[in-house]
Amino acid sequence: MIPAYVILLLLLALSAVAYMLGRNRAFAVAGGPAGLRHLHSRPGYYGALTALWCFGPAIIVFALWQASEGGVITGLVVSHLPPEVQALPPDRLGLVVNDVKNLVGGNILSGDPSPELRKAADEFIRLRVYSRVLLLGVCAMLAAGGLLLSRKGITPQLRARNKVERLVKWLLIACSMLAIFTTVGIILSVLFEAIRFFKIIPVQDFLFGLEWSPQMAIREDQVGGSGAFGAVPVFVGTALISIIAMVVAVPIGLMAAIYMSEYASRKFRATAKPLMEILAGIPTVVYGFFAALTVAPIVRDWGSAVGLSVSSESGLVAGLVMGIMIIPFVSSLSDDVINAVPQSLRDGALALGSTSSETVRKVVLPAALPGIVGSVLLAMSRAIGETMIVVMAAGLSANLTLNPFETVTTVTVQIVTLLIGDQEFDSPKTLAAFALGLVLFLVTLCLNIFALHVVRKYREQYE
Amino acid sequence: MNNTTTKPRPIDIVNAGLAKRYAAEKRFRLYGFSAIVISLCFLGLLFVTIVYDGLPAFTQTYLKLEVALPEAEFDRENLNAANYPLFIKQAIRSYFPEVTERREVRDIDNFISNSAPFDLEKAVFADPSLIGKSVTLWVLADDDVDQLVKGHIDRDVPEIERRMSDRQIAWVDSLKKRGLLERKFNTVFLTTGDSREPEQAGIWGAVMGSFYSLLITLLLSFPIGISAAVYLEEFAPKNKWTDLIEVNINNLAAVPSIVFGLLGLAVFLNFFELPRSAPLVGGLVLTLMTLPVIIIASRAALKSVPPSIREAALGIGSSQLQTVLNHVLPLAMPGMLTGAIIGMARALGETAPLLMIGMVAFIVDVPQGITDAATALPVQIYLWSDSPERGFREKTSAAIIVLLVFLLAMNALAVILRKKFERRW
Repeated sequence: MIPAYVILLLLLALSAVAYMLGRNRAFAVAGGPAGLRHLHSRPGYYGALTALWCFGPAIIVFALWQASEGGVITGLVVSHLPPEVQALPPDRLGLVVNDVKNLVGGNILSGDPSPELRKAADEFIRLRVYSRVLLLGVCAMLAAGGLLLSRKGITPQLRARNKVERLVKWLLIACSMLAIFTTVGIILSVLFEAIRFFKIIPVQDFLFGLEWSPQMAIREDQVGGSGAFGAVPVFVGTALISIIAMVVAVPIGLMAAIYMSEYASRKFRATAKPLMEILAGIPTVVYGFFAALTVAPIVRDWGSAVGLSVSSESGLVAGLVMGIMIIPFVSSLSDDVINAVPQSLRDGALALGSTSSETVRKVVLPAALPGIVGSVLLAMSRAIGETMIVVMAAGLSANLTLNPFETVTTVTVQIVTLLIGDQEFDSPKTLAAFALGLVLFLVTLCLNIFALHVVRKYREQYE
Repeated sequence: MNNTTTKPRPIDIVNAGLAKRYAAEKRFRLYGFSAIVISLCFLGLLFVTIVYDGLPAFTQTYLKLEVALPEAEFDRENLNAANYPLFIKQAIRSYFPEVTERREVRDIDNFISNSAPFDLEKAVFADPSLIGKSVTLWVLADDDVDQLVKGHIDRDVPEIERRMSDRQIAWVDSLKKRGLLERKFNTVFLTTGDSREPEQAGIWGAVMGSFYSLLITLLLSFPIGISAAVYLEEFAPKNKWTDLIEVNINNLAAVPSIVFGLLGLAVFLNFFELPRSAPLVGGLVLTLMTLPVIIIASRAALKSVPPSIREAALGIGSSQLQTVLNHVLPLAMPGMLTGAIIGMARALGETAPLLMIGMVAFIVDVPQGITDAATALPVQIYLWSDSPERGFREKTSAAIIVLLVFLLAMNALAVILRKKFERRW
């Protein structure tokens, strides 16, 4: 078995050789260092071109091979299985193939391996070795061929620089296209699974149903496993926690931003601002732990002291801690927009006799309002999509309630709980997670686009 | 002009309201100040509770045993066959010769972590001449003993609600008085993988998992991010297409991380059939998440390089690519590195997408490569925080301390880089 990275390293080494050969060849066709001015490009470009021809085709074949190898080998192994096994329905056949793979990997099997299975596993291993040797051979041939051909083609007139640069530019374009591919990948992967879900559960039942209990009955006679997929309680829980978080984060963040930009001395600002930004850099799993183990007991004790019964996993605690996490998002974005308000507006208001706070409230804030709204919307989208805090502090049961002292659940919590553990991939329970993911993606996408639009439009106003 | 006496002068109106307005001014200022104080207090509370909770986990209680290794019990040819657990049990029982009842004896046996026989076995394998003699061994004490020694088990609570009975506590106290119990620096925590037993659980497996994931992330996202930024900033024409790419990148930076987890699950695991729980997949998902951050930071760095540099290079006949590679990129590199480090720090703390691709499995072995099943540091924190044992609570906090140390180091590095290479044009 030849590991993939060995082939890769080999290709890289060969390309380095190709670079040297190409460069030397360029010197040779130019007739030594004195003749370099006859060359169209500098010698390094001839080397680079040779190296690219050596590396490029081989790596493309390598990537395609890697991607298709597993499927082809599995297909071949299956076609050599006894006909009665091949005649099994697809999902049973999949189990057999899995057993073969487990046997190859030395993992635990679902039962004792039969002789056919052992034979198949041996064949699997044999084919894999063949495939690797073949791959190595093909890659080496392509690399060597590319090297020799392009080296032969080196003449003083060859426009090596232009060729190399065109290629590099296409590479750069491909890299920036990755953002589009990622978005398309998200949309397609989430959408396809969600559509499969909506074939089982109608969209309107999902969006407007009032009961959420995704447990499906495994046996016919099971009680309480009917599976209800009305997502309203989940949406309400998400909204409740996000609103609590915003109630905490917006006033604190906004006031902090105002103080930082209007009142604070340079020295105070230089220490306080990075300290506040640490809040944004702390992993959310740490906040979750903090919420569940430190804040929740405190809130529960205070609640019982004034006669309120606070559930140990309450929306209040999750929202509170999430609000703290979001403070720096609100404050640093608001800080930017407040700083962008021209000094002349402040000077005008102060000259008319306003105090600083009146200037801020009546002139600066209204001028900065669109930008602040944008930053609040961005923070909101972060609160809706936040996962770890709510997973650890908010709870699992989907109560349709607006009482922050009770346990509520959110979209992200449900996605996590539905997808952790082993489920088959066509049960509505698993697919429901993707439907929730689709809603989450769309909602946050709209919020983001709108917020970015508002922020950007506002920023250009004074320029 | 004799109505000046009846109509108040403007200055009087202003003066009359002045005290109120000054008070409002003061209040407003105070609100702002307290907002900052409140957030910093939370930060302080967070750090204090976690450090207070987690520091004890860096020490661990060890029990000193005099283990007799009678010659007759050993087969020199087959050292594995010896009954090591029995030797350990005999050693601990010899401290309490007065205890004979079976249930009580079992309680005493349970003072020692079940890793002790393996330690003994290792010692014998390393030095077979020990056989026939007796060997002094410091072994891990059980989690409950450890918690008692650290003072986390409340002795005032009624016996039934406690994890340890009064008798057990008395025995532990007697061991302590005899100098047989000692708290030592906890190397187990820093060098081993996960375990169901709190005293044997370590973070090294998670650290390596995080390391491999971040390695993949760095290797992919840094070159790709820089290339994308260079294209968008230096080459791309201003048209609808590049606008679309730009809007896309900004949006991706704000997409919830769990959605990236769904993408990884659907594409990398189900479509490409890459191995579950592997740092390879974790790294790929984190790459997609980190890319927008790096691209945005790199573009800002490129933007800050003044056009005169480019014009000078172009003026002496460089091609556009040569200008960028030889002149602009080196000048923008510190800014790009800072952005990359910050992006990596974020990726290091990310948990939710890793849950989706199965890095939450219980894995004892330290991963040896990018395709081995692994977990990551923040996921380990999540897993431990769910465990009911008190011992795991301090382990969780300790793991958080380790994670925060890494994060702070990365951020400090970014700040230093920025300070060192900061340039005013």
